[in-house]
Order: sequence, then structure tokens, then C-alpha cells
Amino acid sequence: MNHPMTIGDTSINELDRLAEIAEDVIRRCRAKGASEADVAASIDTGLSVNVRLGEVETVERTRDRGVSVTVYFGKHKGSASTADLDPTSIEQTVEHACAIARYTEEDVANGLADPALLARDIPDLDLWHPWNISAEDAIRLGVEIEDAGRSFDPRIDNSDGASVQASASLTAYANSLGFVGRERSTHHSLSCALIAEDAAGMQRDYWYDSVRAAGDFMPAIEIGRKAAKRTLARLSARKLGTRDCPVLFVPEVARGLIGNFLSAVSGGALYRRASFLVDHVGKRVFPQFMQIVERPRIPRGHGSTAFDSEGVATRDSDLISDGVLARYILGSYSARKLGLQSTGNAGGVHNVVVKPGSDDFAALLKRMNTGLLVSELMGQGVSLLTGDYSRGASGFWVENGEIAYPVEEITIAANLRDMFANIAAIGSDVDPRSHILCGSILLEHMTIAGDA
Amino acid sequence: MTELIIQAEQRLLRPGGLAAGDLDGIFARLMGPSIDAADLYFQHSRSESWVLEDGIVKNGNHSIEQGVGVRALSGEKAGFAYSDEIVLPALLEAAGAARAIAQAGSNGVGKPLSVASGRALYPAIDPIDTLSNEAKIAVLREVDAVCRAEDPRVKQVIVSIAATLETILIAASDGTLAADVRPLVRMNVQVIAEQNGRRESGSSGGGGRYGFPELLENGRAHAFAREAVRVALVNLEAVAAPAGNMPVVLGPGWPGVLLHEAIGHGFEGDFNRKGTSAFAGMMGEKVAAPGVTVVDDGTLAGRRGSLSIDDEGTPTNCTVLVENGVMKGYMQDKLNARLMGMAPTGNGRRESFAHLPMPRMTNTYMLPGQHDPGEIIASVKRGLYAVNFGGGQVDITNGKFTFSASEAYLIEDGKVTRPVKGATLIGSGPEVLTRVSMIGNDLKLDEGVGVCGKDGQSVPVGVGQPTLKIDSMTVGGTAA
Repeated sequence: MNHPMTIGDTSINELDRLAEIAEDVIRRCRAKGASEADVAASIDTGLSVNVRLGEVETVERTRDRGVSVTVYFGKHKGSASTADLDPTSIEQTVEHACAIARYTEEDVANGLADPALLARDIPDLDLWHPWNISAEDAIRLGVEIEDAGRSFDPRIDNSDGASVQASASLTAYANSLGFVGRERSTHHSLSCALIAEDAAGMQRDYWYDSVRAAGDFMPAIEIGRKAAKRTLARLSARKLGTRDCPVLFVPEVARGLIGNFLSAVSGGALYRRASFLVDHVGKRVFPQFMQIVERPRIPRGHGSTAFDSEGVATRDSDLISDGVLARYILGSYSARKLGLQSTGNAGGVHNVVVKPGSDDFAALLKRMNTGLLVSELMGQGVSLLTGDYSRGASGFWVENGEIAYPVEEITIAANLRDMFANIAAIGSDVDPRSHILCGSILLEHMTIAGDA
Repeated sequence: MTELIIQAEQRLLRPGGLAAGDLDGIFARLMGPSIDAADLYFQHSRSESWVLEDGIVKNGNHSIEQGVGVRALSGEKAGFAYSDEIVLPALLEAAGAARAIAQAGSNGVGKPLSVASGRALYPAIDPIDTLSNEAKIAVLREVDAVCRAEDPRVKQVIVSIAATLETILIAASDGTLAADVRPLVRMNVQVIAEQNGRRESGSSGGGGRYGFPELLENGRAHAFAREAVRVALVNLEAVAAPAGNMPVVLGPGWPGVLLHEAIGHGFEGDFNRKGTSAFAGMMGEKVAAPGVTVVDDGTLAGRRGSLSIDDEGTPTNCTVLVENGVMKGYMQDKLNARLMGMAPTGNGRRESFAHLPMPRMTNTYMLPGQHDPGEIIASVKRGLYAVNFGGGQVDITNGKFTFSASEAYLIEDGKVTRPVKGATLIGSGPEVLTRVSMIGNDLKLDEGVGVCGKDGQSVPVGVGQPTLKIDSMTVGGTAA
């Protein structure tokens, strides 16, 4: 792909300006006696348009700026942030951070990243695709999406509207080891939420797409139509009786389950011993057929980045290999607390790829034969400390490999440890709209609570 | 109240060389063909937080945000722009962007500004300065020590304190000129206890719109510490929760999150104007059992969810949502009230200058009934007694809501017996309150830790209720 520079794109200059601010902040911290410091400076801009029932509802122009600084006086730490980038505010912010560091206590795990791990090459990951859509065109596009949904079926009798969002972010990160990293990325989304009604009542559902470059969107009218189909499918939902049965998570729900796993093997939960997966490196967590890998540098990836929020270089690395936990997800602080090395995950995971299986969605339904297809989860109800899992759910009852009827007002419960071990299959139907790339997940069984 | 205007003007407008008198000029730019209403929301927010973990005060953070949000309304349309620079050119640019929403139509004019005021429900203090840094550190250490002294099974303690001061100034084309200075403090305690290799957690906390001295008076910090330890120890003994439909008794106070999810959101004006709420068109109808009265009350002094004026300058109210089982009122902001031909109720709230206001809850609670809490529990043959909850969620349109228990017990033969693991409860908003069969005489409001999220915007809220018996709810455990 070529990288079309839009006319008037001043992002490179703005990034340079942010990098100058960041380096200036480091100098100010040094001047106040900080032994180490790091700073992130950012500007996010965007346009967000909502339309409803064929008319524009809101047009929002966004522009958020911020500087956040962390200082270390030996092993004492302080941090501060400001949304105001003028030199007086920045000087005050540095002073606040230093003042706080005078009161915090020594923590030997504190400090910047290991210099040997800092990113040296910063490749272009094809993340910068500004979408200079005008408010008028965004309104027209939103109306087109919503119309496609509203005209799909007469039972679609109301709407929560369609939205069109374009955004761009510029970030400069610098630390007192001399590292300066610049990143620019764009992110755009289209969505539509519709309401249908029958004698049993109203139902709402939605669909969306999320991309780095506007040219990668699925056809806009498909978003409206898909929202309509999903909404209609929920009409006249029933409850289920309490039972144990197989459960199939659709990809957008399945990735939440992978997200629970990622949280449970993240440094903060581990060093606090607040995870049911403490001391699990080298141990079996998933069935042997499962492979999960982090790939932080996928071009246009939703989580792609060349360096983490401490400047550490990102790289491809296994998380689950043949079902066994290969490593934890660590930044410098949690790594030191655990006597390990940063895995380039300060600020979280980048792109996580769950190796797809060979069954597509229809094949998974057949394989489940009779059970619950979960299309939406509600509420919190997940304890990473114990693995206990109990959440509100809605979806479809499946009989003989076919969707029989929609269900709602039920809960699904189990322990994550058992859920992970009981994964029977991963679908080939990978959802590309997230930094967690995962297909549907079939679980052997969970407890469904409902009527009686 | 003019005192507040002066204070807000000094903090928000003066640094950029502006004065309240300049705002008329901005409205001249904002108003015009087909603009019905417009407003400016100036905000300065300063926050500080400190965290203790592993027995040491590890980190502190200070942050400052400020800016102005500019909104122009035309019928149901809203144009919105904001700037983090409060200077005239930035304001005029934002005004130009906001008013681009309207292309043609009637001609609105701004009214001259006059001061609107609400009751002062909290002092105009900066809570960050109500305690020295040394004393803040000492409090964190003290709470850590209380937790650890409480029981040797306590292995991890995380204590945090946070304080925020928000100064806002609102000017609107309907003539509103209003200001507010809003302090907010909070303490959170989380412990992990371990026994025979099993680990469980407990948490507690509280706060409100006052300074640290009020947060710490009467041994409240120590009580948070002991409460967090108590919950963790209870959970060490918990067995699997039951699965299925059964009577549920909810304890007083924070379990009022039920009301917030089951009916609160469904009573917000925007969802009802659009007809997307499960409660749309049910005004005057029976939505709860006789004896159930629920209010949203922003006027309680010092409470976390309280506001002297909302974020549109409307003084807050005590709005009756359900009276003796009958749906009585919506929570409204100015836009939805105008479009529905109703009066605003002081529920127009926004996360910050960078967000559009919408109808939001303040403190939502149920009034007390006649029953002794012991009598309520004694009436249940087999059921769940849930006294602490994490968060909840609701689907406004079909009314289904969930909330997850963090401390619960079995009721067997009218007695509270074994603790059970946290389970999610699920129900239907329009149905659940019709199944309330007993209301306790022990109304309690929560300790002041609630955060409500809607459309990506978070605001502090409060909840409360007396002990309640719901004849049948679905409990999402794993035990038969």
C-alpha cells in the first residue's frame, strides 16, 4: 500500500512539536533533581456524527491534548498530568510530580525500562490514514447506514441511530535514557443500533465496523442491514430452564474470554497474587490444540505499536504454546516485582492472535448440536482472583445444530480455570475489528441459570 | 451564590483575559438562524490521588484539566465543540463549529444573562488542601496497619485516597449564568486474605462532597479497613452459589444499585423521548408493588451524587420516579424536557467540558417501609441474602438488567446460613419491582463510591434502599 499524504497534513510537524515538549519536560525534571523521568505528550483529534431517524442528532468536534510525566528521585516516584501544554502549566506539572515524589516511599522495583530493551528501529506500521470526511458527508453516510437498516423490515420501527467517527492520534514518548519515540495512528468507526418490536416487546441490537483506514470499511449499508438482522433475531426471546449444557461464544464475545485470560496473566494481578493463574508459566491452561501469540507489529493492526508505553521494543512472542502458558504480560515494574524481564507490555497487550481452527461458524453449531449460543454478555461478574465467572447472557438456543429460538434473562456460570480447560474448538470465523483476533469458542459445558 | 460566580470567573476566565461580560459576544456568534438554544460550559478540574500497596506509599498523581464546551441546539440537533484553551479566539472557533449544525430556519436570540443559583449543598473548598501530604501518608499507613492487625490471614492491602475540585461556570442563551465549586473525596480499601492456599478479596470505601477531615471523622477510615477485611474473611468460607429462580433478600444501602439498573436508567428522559426505554409510554402505570416509592434526589448535603446545580445550571431536585408502585416522573435535562414539553429536573449532567450533557441520575433510592429486617429474612424458606454488590448493567430497551453480588448468603428455613460465592443476579426492570413483597424500615444510603457510565461518560452517583424482599429472581450460581 502507498501512504497517501492528505493535503495539509501537518502531523509530522505536530509530532516533532510534541517530541520537543517531551524532551523539554525531561530537561525540566533533570533540573529539579530527578534522577530519572519519562513523559508522554499527545494530541487526539476527531469528528463524531450521530444521526437518528434520518436526521443529524449530534456533530462533535474533538481535540484532546495531554502531557503526563513520571519522575524518580532514586526509587521514589511521583506523577502528574495536564491538559494544558503551555510552558507555565508544564512547569507546574513537573513541580507537582516532584512534590509527590518527596512523600512517596522507596520501592526498589521503580524506575525506567532496561536500556537494552528500548526500541531502536521504529518501523512504519501503516497506521496513519487520516479520514478528512466533512460533517456533511459523515451525516450523509450515517443516514445511508441507518436507512439500510430501517428499510430492511417493517418490524424495525425505531432507531438508536447510526454513528460515523474519524479520529487521529499523535503521541511522543521520551525518557531520560535518551529515548524519544513518535507514533501517529488513525482509527475510524461506523455503527448502527436499531429497535424492533413485536407483541412480546422491544429489542435493540447493533453492528459496527472499526478500521485504521476508511477504505477498509465493510460496505456501509451492510452495517445497517446486519444491525437489522441481529435486532429482528432477538424478537420474542424466551427464558431457559436452569441446566448444564455446551456453550458457543460468538467471536465478539469469545474475545472477551481471551481478554479475561490476558488480564489474569498480566503483571499487576500476578505480583499482587490477585490472579488464579499465579505461578502458571510452563503449566497447562488451555487444551493442547490451542496456540495464542502476540504479534505487535501487524500492519494496520488495531493494537499495533513498535514500542510499549515505556519505550520497550515490541516483538512477536508466544503466550500459549500447545495449551501451555509460555510467559506473562509484563511492564518493567511488574517484571522487577516478579524477578523477570519486561515483555514489552507496559500499557497492555498489542495484537493477540488466537490460532483459528478449521470449523466455520455453521460447523461449530453442528458440532455443539444442542446448547446455548451466547451473542451478548452483561455485567461484571468475573473474579480474576478466584476465576469465578457468573454473567448475564442472551443469545440463542440451538437444537440439532440449528438455531431454534432467541433466549434472554439467563446467566452463565463456571470457573475460568475449567472454562479454559474445557474449550472444545476455536472457529475459523475470526473477527478482525479488535486487537484480540479470535473466532467463535465452543465450551463443553457451563451452568445456565434461568426459570425454575 | 454570586460569590461562586466571582470565584469561577477568577479561576476560569481571568487567566485567558476574559470576563463574564464577554460571554454575550460569544452568544452573538453562537445564536442565529435556526439555533433554539446554546450554552457554554467552562470547567477547571484538579485531582490528586495517593496509593499504598505492599505496605508502602508507592505513588501519587496530580492532574489538571480545563476547557470550555460550546453547544448549539436546533430542534433535536446538537452541534458541539470544545477547546482546552479558554481564550477568545478558541471560543469563537468552537462556537463557529458548534453552530454549523443548523442551516436554516427560525431565528433565535439570546436572553441577557442573570444569575441562577441552587442551594449550597457542600462547601466551596479545595479538598486537596484540607489535609497535609504528611497526614495523607499517615492515614494510608494507618489503614494498612488496621487491616493487617485485624487478621493474620490478610496478605495484601491496597489503600487509595483521592480528592478532586471542580470549578464550573455555565452561561446559556436562556439567560442562565451559574457557577459551582464541587469538592469530592474518596477512600478505597481492598484486601486479599489467604487460607489453606485459597485467596479471596474484600473491598470497602466511601466518600462525598466535603474535605478529608469529614471523610476521616468518627473513625470512618478504620471502619472501611475492618469492613474490607470482614468481607474477605467471609468469602474465604463461601461455597458455590445456587443457580435458578428463588426469593432474594437484598440488604440495605449499596444493593440499591438494583434501583439504578432496574428502573433508574429506564426513567431518563432521552430514552423515553426516543421511545427506546422499556418504560416508554408507561407514565401513570403500575411498575412496582404497592408501597414502593423511589426518588432521585440531588439535594442531599455532602453526598457523592449530589449537586447544587446540574451541569446546565438547573438547581437539582428530589424527583419522585415511582410513588406507591406507580410511575410518576422522568429525569430530565433541558433538551429532552423542552422536546417533551416538560420541566427540567436538574438531571442534566456531563463528565466534563469535552462531553455533551444528558439526563443522568444523582442519588437514587427507595423510601423505607414497615418491616423489621429480621422479619423479612425469617419469611424466606430457601433463598439468597445479598448484602454487597459490584457493578451492574442494563439493556434499556428490553429492560433486562444484571448486578453481581460480592457478599451473599443462603437463607435456609428463615435463617441466614452459609456464605456463597458472588453470583450475578438477572431480571427484568419492568417486572422486578412488582415482585417486591416486603420493604424494610432500615433505609440506608451507600458510603459514596458509585460511578455510573452512560454513552462512554462517567459521573459520580449515589444509591440507597432499605432491606427488600423480591419474591423471585434468577440467581446465576453453579450449584443445583
